[in-house]
Amino acid sequence: MKVLVTVKRVIDPYVKVRVKSDGSGVETANVKMAMNPFCEIAVEQAVRMKEAGTVTEIVVLSIGTTQSQETLRTAMAMGADRGILVEVAGEVQPLAVAKVVKAIVDKEQPGLVIMGKQAIDDDSNQCGQMTAALLGWPQSAFTSEIAINGASADVTREIDGGLEKLTIKLPAVVTTDLRLNEPRYVTLPNIMKAKKKPLEVLKPEALGVDVAPRLKTLKVEEPAKRSAGVKVADVAELVGKLKNEARVI
Amino acid sequence: MAILVIAEHDGKQLKPGTTNTVTAAAKIGGDITVLVAGTGCAEAAQVAAKIAGVQKVLLADSAQYAGGAAENLAALVQGIAAQYSHILAPATGYGKNFMPRLAALLDVQQISDISAVVSPDTFVRPIYAGNAMATVQSVDKVKVITVRATGFDAAGEGGSAVVENLAAGADTGLTTFKSQELSKSDRPELTAARIIVSGGRGMGSGDNFKILEALADKLGAAVGASRAAVDSGFVPNDYQVGQTGKIVAPELYIAVGISGAIQHLAGMKDSKVIIAINKDPEAPIFAVADYWLVEDLFKAVPEFTAAL
Ligand SMILES: Cc1cc2nc3c(=O)[nH]c(=O)nc-3n(C[C@H](O)[C@H](O)[C@H](O)COP(=O)(O)OP(=O)(O)OC[C@H]3O[C@@H](n4cnc5c(N)ncnc54)[C@H](O)[C@@H]3O)c2cc1C
Ligand SMILES: Nc1ncnc2c1ncn2[C@@H]1O[C@H](COP(=O)(O)O)[C@@H](O)[C@H]1O
Repeated sequence: MKVLVTVKRVIDPYVKVRVKSDGSGVETANVKMAMNPFCEIAVEQAVRMKEAGTVTEIVVLSIGTTQSQETLRTAMAMGADRGILVEVAGEVQPLAVAKVVKAIVDKEQPGLVIMGKQAIDDDSNQCGQMTAALLGWPQSAFTSEIAINGASADVTREIDGGLEKLTIKLPAVVTTDLRLNEPRYVTLPNIMKAKKKPLEVLKPEALGVDVAPRLKTLKVEEPAKRSAGVKVADVAELVGKLKNEARVI
Repeated sequence: MAILVIAEHDGKQLKPGTTNTVTAAAKIGGDITVLVAGTGCAEAAQVAAKIAGVQKVLLADSAQYAGGAAENLAALVQGIAAQYSHILAPATGYGKNFMPRLAALLDVQQISDISAVVSPDTFVRPIYAGNAMATVQSVDKVKVITVRATGFDAAGEGGSAVVENLAAGADTGLTTFKSQELSKSDRPELTAARIIVSGGRGMGSGDNFKILEALADKLGAAVGASRAAVDSGFVPNDYQVGQTGKIVAPELYIAVGISGAIQHLAGMKDSKVIIAINKDPEAPIFAVADYWLVEDLFKAVPEFTAAL
C-alpha cells in the first residue's frame, strides 16, 4: 500500500511567538522553524508501517514556500521515500490545503493519507477532516492507534470522555494525536541519504486548485495580560487569600 | 439571519459547551435552531428546547449517528445547510471532528475556535496556542464556526421551543462504530467544573494523584493534568489540559507540579483565579498565577486539604 503523509513547516513549538507591532501577524523573520509536531507523528507512523511490511511507499507532501523543502527533507531522513512540494508564496488556509491534498491523491492514488490533527501555528484542526470530505473517504481524526486489516483499518480515537474504537473502510484519511507514537530522531547518515531522494515541485495552478484565502485577517493582537500575582509564604496564607481576597473557596 | 447550533449531548443531557455556543449564536443575532442528532436522544432534545433564546429544536434520532459519526453527521447537516446563514458547534472533540467535514462539503473555510463575535462575519480566534488573537472576516456565504466555550457565558433556561423530527440522512457506511471507553468519575467534568486541580510530571506517579484527588474532593473540583503527566501514564488522556487537550476557564485553577509550558498555559490561562504550587522558584507557571507557593507538593497538598 502507498501512503501519503502531509507535513507543514511551522514556527518551532518551543519558540516564544511575538506579535508584530503593526498588528499584521506574528514575527517570522529569523525565527527557528520546525516540522509541525503532529506531522512528525504522521511520518513516524508511516515509517513504522513500512518497517512492518504493510506499507510499500511513503510520499510526503508539503504546501508552502521553497523553504518547506527542508521539512520534506527531514521527513525523508525519517524514512519517507519521496517528496512533493506544492509551492505557494502566501497564506494557505485549510480548505485550500485539503483541495491540494485531494489533487495529489487523485494523481498518486494512495491507500491511506496520514495528516497531523492540528497545525500548531493556525491551530485550525481542519485539514484532515476536510480532505476526507472532498475525497468522499472515511476519516479517523485524533487517532491514537491504527491497525490495517486488508480493506479496512481498526482505529482508536481520542475523544473528550476517553477513547473511541471504529472500523474504517480504506482508503481513508487519518489524523494523528500525540499518543500515536514517539517520532524518531533523524541521524546524520539518513540526512545525507535524504538529499538524494526525489523531490518534485509543483504549482497549484498546474493541479487546477484555487488556493485564494477565504478568511481575511483584519488584525493580530497580543492576548490580554494577566495582572501580576503574589507569592505566598505557606499554605495557611494561601487558604486565607483564597477565602478572603479571591473569595473562590 | 437563521442560525443552526449543533448540540453535543449524551442522549439525555446536553454537554457543557452547547449552551455557550447558543450564547455565541445570540451575539451574532438571528433565529436560533438547535439540532440534536444521535441515537436515543429525544430527552436531550427536550432539554435543548428549554434553553433561553432557542426558537426550534430539530431531532434526528437514528442508529447511524452513534458516537457522533462524522461522515453521517456532516451529510445530515449538509442537507439542511442552505436554510442557514451560520452553522455553529462547540469546539470540543465532538465538534472538531465533523464540522470541518461539513465545511468542506459546503466549500466553506471554517472559522475554528472563536472566542468573540465582532459582527456577523467577523470573529476573534486564538492562534499560536493563544499567544496571539486574530480578528478574521469570512467571505463565505454560510459561516461554519466552532465555538470556544470559555469565551461565552452559558445560556440559561427559560425557552419553550418546538421540537420537530428531522428525517435521518443517508448512512454513508464508511465507518463502523465499535465502542467507547469513557473514563468514569464522580467528580465534575473538566470543562464544566467551577474548580480544577491539575497535576503535572511533578506528581511522580499515578498513585500520587490520590493526594490531588483528596484535595479535589474537599473542593468539589475536577482533576486535570499536563501532557507530561498523561504521557507518563499517571492519568488517562482525557485529563489533559492545554493547546491540544481541553480548554478550561474555571473560577479556580490549581496547578500542582506543573512547570507552565506555553502549550499548557494555552488551555487554562483564562481561568478567573490561578494558583500554582511548585518547588522551583523560577517555574514559568508563576507568571500567570494570582497566588503561588514555592514548596514541595507532597508537603503542601496534604496541608492544603487538611486546612479546608
Ligand atoms: C505540539 C505540542 C502540544 C502540546 N500540548 C500540550 C497540552 O495540550 N497540554 C500540556 O500540558 N502540554 C502540552 N505539551 C507539552 C508541553 O510542552 C510540556 O512538555 C508539558 O506541559 C510539561 O508538563 P509538566 O509541566 O507536567 O512537566 P515538567 O515541565 O517536567 O514540569 C514538572 C514541574 O514539577 C515541578 N516539581 C517536581 N517535583 C515537585 C515536587 N515534589 N513539588 C513541587 N513541584 C515539583 C518541577 O519544578 C517542574 O516545574 C505539548 C507539546 C507539544 C510539542
Ligand atoms: N501547508 C501545509 N502543507 C502540508 N500539510 C499541511 C499544511 N497545512 C496543514 N497541513 C496538514 O494538516 C494538518 C492539520 O492542519 P490544520 O487543519 O491547519 O490545523 C497538519 O498537521 C498537516 O499535516
